[in-house]
Amino acid sequence: MAKTAISAQQVVKWFGVGDARTNAVKAASFEASFGEIFYLVGPSGSGKTTLLSMLSGILKPDSGSVYIDNADIWTLSTDELADFRLNRIGFVFQDYHLFPRLTTLENVAIPLILKKYDWDKAMQEALKYLDIVGLKNRAQLPPYKLSGGEQQRVAIARAIVSQPDILIFDEPTASLDGDTGKKIMSFIKDDILNEQRCVLVVTHDSRIFEYADKIMKMEDGVVTAIENHSEM
Amino acid sequence: MKGILIIAFKLLVNDKGKFAALLMGITFAVFLMVMMTSIFSGVLRSASSVVINIGAKIWVMDPAVTTVANSIPMPDFVQDAVRSIDGVKYAVPLYSGAATLRLSNGAYQSATILGLDDTSLLGRPQLLEGKIEDIFAENGFLVVKDSEINKLNDPHIGTTFELNEHRGVIVGIAKVAANGLFGMPTLYTTYNRAIQYIPTARFTTSYVLVEPKSPEAVQHIKDEVKKMGFLAVTKEEFREKISTYYKFKTGFGTNILIMTMISFIVGLSISGQTFYTFILENLDKFGALKAIGAKSHELIIMIVFQAGFTALTGYGLGVGLCTIMIGLAKMRLPNYASVVTFGNLGIAFIMVLIIAIFSSLIGVRKVLKIEPFDVFRG
Repeated sequence: MAKTAISAQQVVKWFGVGDARTNAVKAASFEASFGEIFYLVGPSGSGKTTLLSMLSGILKPDSGSVYIDNADIWTLSTDELADFRLNRIGFVFQDYHLFPRLTTLENVAIPLILKKYDWDKAMQEALKYLDIVGLKNRAQLPPYKLSGGEQQRVAIARAIVSQPDILIFDEPTASLDGDTGKKIMSFIKDDILNEQRCVLVVTHDSRIFEYADKIMKMEDGVVTAIENHSEM
Repeated sequence: MKGILIIAFKLLVNDKGKFAALLMGITFAVFLMVMMTSIFSGVLRSASSVVINIGAKIWVMDPAVTTVANSIPMPDFVQDAVRSIDGVKYAVPLYSGAATLRLSNGAYQSATILGLDDTSLLGRPQLLEGKIEDIFAENGFLVVKDSEINKLNDPHIGTTFELNEHRGVIVGIAKVAANGLFGMPTLYTTYNRAIQYIPTARFTTSYVLVEPKSPEAVQHIKDEVKKMGFLAVTKEEFREKISTYYKFKTGFGTNILIMTMISFIVGLSISGQTFYTFILENLDKFGALKAIGAKSHELIIMIVFQAGFTALTGYGLGVGLCTIMIGLAKMRLPNYASVVTFGNLGIAFIMVLIIAIFSSLIGVRKVLKIEPFDVFRG
């Protein structure tokens, strides 16, 4: 049986005050295991991004607990949380958030630089990961000279360069055409996912559901269903 | 840490447009600040040129004197009384005034006349041509070779002129450490000839120049002179007195201060605004860095480094530009009153640091407020 990577228990988040106070996530609970791709799906405003943020140590829940590899992350201090994210979590943002003034290689090396790697060693290591995503020959280009799919792969290389065991993708196919989106997901499933890694994907793109191991559906902040893909 | 600084450096300099705008803003501000304060320093130095050139350690004068050019003649007994003070090694008179010369071509020209003590010639300038003893020759005058000398029709040894119906002859060409402020040629002669040729009031001694026996005697001399109703100041105090007059009683200092402040505000506005825009454009990236695992203090270091690097580079360029401009101006105008002092550089440096701190603060404030969650929310 696969080891539990992420466990959320009765996680609640409120936003706003007074009449504008909104319950964004209502007692969400679920578990995701290492070696699986776990989807959070739902319409816009359903609370999936808020939940994702709480799972990744970015947004503190008002109540409930989040365990990553059996450790309660919200007992950590701010700096410890930053270290935790740096070492254990890899992010691929919806808009990639690559630095246009740095080369592709330097963008990929950023997590290593933050981990205090020597500059040359960080670049060598980053180049290996650019090779993994098939962009070694684009290393010295600025990201804006790459296609959307290539930028996505650079963002993936940056997310995995520090060898995190949790990978978080926020709407990974939102800016891509159908074929490129499928290629990216196929690449994630075949080359990025392994037994020591859990991939969490927030999406509402039904075209890529086939790559999920589990799909958790959310609506109005409530987890409405958790299904194995094979059951769907 | 080194890697973070390299990233910060590349983010800054690779944004060539903004980096150039930042540098131009700070360079221009530093250039103006250093230029303004250098001109002011140059003018103050020129205003004290007689004090610098004569070089006496203690100057005795009427307490109402504000600048060296506005001397108030003192009675002759002052010199004798000063000589009798304990601690005085010697004391000699100095005449300082202005006169109108009639040149050989019939033109009239104002000139500064300094009359040196006949016995000692204390404060005599260094001669480029001629012999110092010729100053005792009939009608002998030394002329200072500065940018104003041509106003005397390119004088040489033997050139004659008329001064209050007295004949004057150039017997030597001299050079001095500091040029005068008022754009007039300077002539040296003996004290007695000066008071003989130039009409004066009842009293004739402009200053009494004093050499103390020891540094410890200075205060006693000052006290004793004060008891006589006059004022004794050291060379440095006299320069400070002149400087204070120009700074606070002429409006000149205020104008320079206003111009310097305007330069500072221009630099602050340009660099502050540009740096703020730079931070705003990269705000989502800083948020992403936070999400990835950058700590707040690391982001602060990045921003402070960027602001500091820009400020110091702009400072260097500004000072360099100012030095080149002053150098070029001095090639054309030898008497150009502008001096870059350590004080001026220090003032500009402090103002640049304030610009850097201000720019950093607005950037840091913005970056610290961005939440990684905002990056997810877009």
